[in-house]
Amino acid sequence: MAVPVSYNVRNLIVRKTTTIMTALGIALTVAVLLSVMGLVNGLDSALASTGDPLNIMVLRRGSTAELTSVVSRQQYQDIRALPGIARDATGEPLVSLEMVTVIQLASVDAPDGINVNIRGLTQTGIDLRHGLTIQSGGRWFQQGRNEVVVGASIAKRFPAAKLGNTLRFGRSNWKVVGVMDAGQSATNSEIFGDLNLVSADYNRLDFPSSALVRATDAVSAAALVNAIKTDQRLNLDAISERAYYDKQSVSAAPIKFLGGFVAIIMAVGSSFAAMNTMFAAVSRRSKEIGTLRVLGFSRSSILLSFFIESVLLAAFGGLIGCLLVLPLNGLTTGIGNFVTFSETSFALRISPLIMLAGLGFAMLLGALGGFFPARNAATKQILVALREV
Amino acid sequence: MSETKLSESSEVVIRTNKLTKEFIRDEFHVIALKDVNIEIHRGEFVALMGPSGSGKSTLLHLIAAMDKSTGGEIEVLGENLNRLSDTQIAHWRNVHVGFVFQQFNLIPVLTALENVELPLKLTNLKKAERLEHATTALKLVGLGDRLGHFPRQLSGGQEQRVAIARAIVTDPQLILADEPTGNLDAQSADDVLTMLSRLNKEYSKTVVMVTHDPHAAKFATRVRHLEKGELLPEGVTTTA
Ligand SMILES: Nc1ncnc2c1ncn2[C@@H]1O[C@H](COP(=O)(O)OP(=O)(O)O)[C@@H](O)[C@H]1O
Ligand SMILES: [Mg+2]
Repeated sequence: MAVPVSYNVRNLIVRKTTTIMTALGIALTVAVLLSVMGLVNGLDSALASTGDPLNIMVLRRGSTAELTSVVSRQQYQDIRALPGIARDATGEPLVSLEMVTVIQLASVDAPDGINVNIRGLTQTGIDLRHGLTIQSGGRWFQQGRNEVVVGASIAKRFPAAKLGNTLRFGRSNWKVVGVMDAGQSATNSEIFGDLNLVSADYNRLDFPSSALVRATDAVSAAALVNAIKTDQRLNLDAISERAYYDKQSVSAAPIKFLGGFVAIIMAVGSSFAAMNTMFAAVSRRSKEIGTLRVLGFSRSSILLSFFIESVLLAAFGGLIGCLLVLPLNGLTTGIGNFVTFSETSFALRISPLIMLAGLGFAMLLGALGGFFPARNAATKQILVALREV
Repeated sequence: MSETKLSESSEVVIRTNKLTKEFIRDEFHVIALKDVNIEIHRGEFVALMGPSGSGKSTLLHLIAAMDKSTGGEIEVLGENLNRLSDTQIAHWRNVHVGFVFQQFNLIPVLTALENVELPLKLTNLKKAERLEHATTALKLVGLGDRLGHFPRQLSGGQEQRVAIARAIVTDPQLILADEPTGNLDAQSADDVLTMLSRLNKEYSKTVVMVTHDPHAAKFATRVRHLEKGELLPEGVTTTA
């Protein structure tokens, strides 16, 4: 079917102001939607990339988070004796006893302080976390020294936690000797220190928080989880590290909900704005519609033509929306976690796929807003259309 | 009556039988056209005259299938217009009919060339061919140097000549014009009438033109008069 698309495009260009105003409404809607999607995407990937499927987190029975968990050194020794645990080069079982607590740290956008996870651990704990790197200029903390390494997002967002600075927590001063990169993982929002010193500072030398265990393979991992859970003597809970962080991503739900809600309201609004613009266009161009019909364009050509005009208008808005949020890409922000009571930093991630979704959403708005005006244009009687001014 | 004999021997382009058009709105109804019988042959230039409201435009609209009759028969170029679907009519009009309006009705956002190209978008012609045809049509109406001009940059006479180019670009057999000189000064009106006459004589197009201007009617080969919706017998004129 022949559609005079250049005619529609030309009209959009000629009516610059109306086009831009309507497109802006759609752009803002798309921008809100994309920000929410980017936020959720960033948060999801922060949580999803934390955790190795072979790593098992061991907590006190009944604990849902490391902060409320206690695992004793005695229990740690018992865990080490379980079968199915991977071993390091020297033949030692890969089990990391860890101490987790929170401290208040003043951040750029919260001078009063935000909860940040402190994790005391040994070299084994560092080895169990793949892809951890120290940024140049720094190094790992040394055993027996009051030194810490901070996650990359911590270093970026908390002025007090810069490389070379000293943090005060527990009963000591801790020198920041390194900044660690953990990709998108939640480790970026943690501070690492020596297990013995950190747990001693909180009087929990013999009763730290959790153990991280590496299974030899997927089958052993499942068996290990089961073995630990059912061992009455151990009295511990086990969960795969991946599952643990997945469970915590429920805290993204309120953002999803609120963002989605706002986006839907805006979508309804901007779709009506598009409809209004298109109705005005149809009525203003009534005589042109009649003329096109006399030239031989069919009703369906006219319908499609105005429909396409509306979708193009909305796509333009969607494009502006994408451009509006692009500078936000990679912007680091934090979210309080209701399970761990601490903050997880993550980067807003506007992926090409998300932008495509935004563009598609905009076009959907244009389609919804354009349908009735287009139908109105197509159902006009030629003579009636020609007579209108 | 040798002229009638000649007409009868040539091909009939338009034939109506008791063609009637009633407009009914609430209790108010108008008979715009009543039992009109007319035959127009290939190569004729017919002027439809009559006072305002006599049904001239209504008849032209029915010939162009822009509206449906409420009674009688109408056959144009061998097609019974009452039997065609909306889509078929659209296609038929694109191929066979060029329409010229009193108000020119050019698309304001398109250039002269683009306006003339528009009906060709419904054909299988490629872009380059469409532009070539449109350029040729504009040259024919003497506007070869105004291709890129927008309607607002043209005079009324030039606009109407662009409209004529648009009407002939698909090479239709039938050209219909509703008061094509109604909005023009005397000189431009003569240009437009000369052009229609040339299309009729040199390109053997059948032209039906509505006018109430006796001077314009002089360009036609035959004049028919309408009064109160009725077609007066051949040769009978109204006072208007
Ligand atoms: N859509 C319409 N509704 C009602 N009456 C109409 C309509 N169109 C035309 N008429 C009436 O039909 C008659 C003929 O109109 P028209 O053909 O436009 O006259 P002309 O072109 O000769 O001036 C007039 O009385 C006019 O008022
Ligand atoms: Mg009229």
